[in-house]
Amino acid sequence: MKIKYNRDACQGHNRCYMLAPEVFDVDDEGYAILLIDGDVPEELQEKAQLTVDNCPEFAIEVVED
Amino acid sequence: MTDMQSRPDYARDFDHTTEEWANHAPEIWDEYRQSCPVAKSDIFGGTWLPTRHVDVSAIAHDTENYTSQGVIVGPVPPDVDAPMGPAPPITSDPPFHGIARRLLLPPFAPKPINALEPYTRQYCNDLIDTLLASEGDEVDAAVGYAQHIPVRIIAKMLGLPEEDGEIFRKFIHAIIETPGADEELPPDETLDAYLDNQIAQHRANPKTGDDADLIDYLVAADIEGMPLSDEHVRGSIALLLIAGIDTTWSAIGASIWHFAQNPDHRRQVAEDPSIMPFAVEEMLRYYAPVTMARIAATDHELGGCPVQKGDWLLLPFPAANRDPEAFEHADQVILDRKANRHGAFGLGIHRCLGSNLARLELSIALETWLDRIPEFELADPERVRWSKGQIRGPRELPIRIL
Ligand code: HEM
Ligand code: SF4
Repeated sequence: MKIKYNRDACQGHNRCYMLAPEVFDVDDEGYAILLIDGDVPEELQEKAQLTVDNCPEFAIEVVED
Repeated sequence: MTDMQSRPDYARDFDHTTEEWANHAPEIWDEYRQSCPVAKSDIFGGTWLPTRHVDVSAIAHDTENYTSQGVIVGPVPPDVDAPMGPAPPITSDPPFHGIARRLLLPPFAPKPINALEPYTRQYCNDLIDTLLASEGDEVDAAVGYAQHIPVRIIAKMLGLPEEDGEIFRKFIHAIIETPGADEELPPDETLDAYLDNQIAQHRANPKTGDDADLIDYLVAADIEGMPLSDEHVRGSIALLLIAGIDTTWSAIGASIWHFAQNPDHRRQVAEDPSIMPFAVEEMLRYYAPVTMARIAATDHELGGCPVQKGDWLLLPFPAANRDPEAFEHADQVILDRKANRHGAFGLGIHRCLGSNLARLELSIALETWLDRIPEFELADPERVRWSKGQIRGPRELPIRIL
């Protein structure tokens, strides 16, 4: 599983950072920072999916291999 | 159903400033979504009411056809060609909006806001101590609890005297619940006069570093080397006061109202506190307190309806949050809902700047209440009073502690 984050769509709702701080950090202005480059480790896949399902701006996507 | 049939024909004459709306808004939205998804009323020179998630989202993301110069529907549309509006950034359009917003983002980002947790928790506990010390087994959760929390926290952040809470509430009531009412106050008793005085005191005694409060921060801030104008500083402070109080008060009150009537939900969170973050988002989805407004900046079509430049549009995020096209089982409260892209804090560039603060206050207020007062019910459903206008929540909420 790969995760994609679209900075242009992000409005800083911070749902991702709250639900999965292992997957997203947040910058000084409250915009998300994706922490995972490449494959999402097995144990974080459920959390990655949660961030997708709770981002009000549809800024996060996961792609299955 | 008898109640519904006796109502006026809302498709032509809904009025969100009435008692009827205060008591029945969710049913009215559902009725429209099915029969007339973009409704129009003659109030305030012509006001549109979209109720589907797609339309609400499209308007919130479209700053070409809609301006934020007016966000509270009122008798006189503001001057649509002014770039800043009276309360930046909420009344500003791009590109000025981004500049005004950016200035305020850092103090409201999650990390600085989370630092307020211990203070908030202590204050909520103090309020409960006071409630529990009162005579009898009945308390008012809106008047004695919910309304105080956002007032105290924002006063602390801004550096305004804690004891002035009553004064802000008076202004806010005048501005939000009765559009235009602030203009009828004597000039030296308006919110502007109060804030000018506070700003002058901050300018005379500036604090820096960790002691600086938000007013110090704004007074010292600049945009490309230019200090902010007095109107900008005052407008932003007024916005932070107004935007954060009624809204969060409403969200806390509506959540307590919900738990008072749903013992199974009280038990569910008591048994598994790990669902609390999801429960808070579900309360925000289902009882979203804020309906914003826009003014049409062009003549265009919306959902097949002819919108004209200058028309008001209500932007009911709460109606969008209950759209079955956007949410599974939209009409049910599912405390541990795992997919919840609700728009309680708005969508697009005006996303609530205080959303991290509001979430912190709502979570701690609810946790503390449920922990200290685990069993309770409505003392009398007839005495619950919901607010009229664009911010919806219980203003009187008598609760019997069991
Ligand atoms: C549960 C509580 C709250 C809710 C539901 C809420 C909701 C909203 C919504 C829907 C918007 C979007 C406005 C639009 O699209 O025109 C908004 C904007 C805003 N809110 Fe909140 N709000 C809450 C609490 C707060 C708090 C606590 C503060 C700060 C102290 C705050 C400050 C603001 C500001 C400054 C904006 C304007 C942002 C901009 O225009 O860029 N809000 N809020
Ligand atoms: S939830 Fe979405 S909009 Fe919010 S910070 Fe994360 S990516 Fe951005």
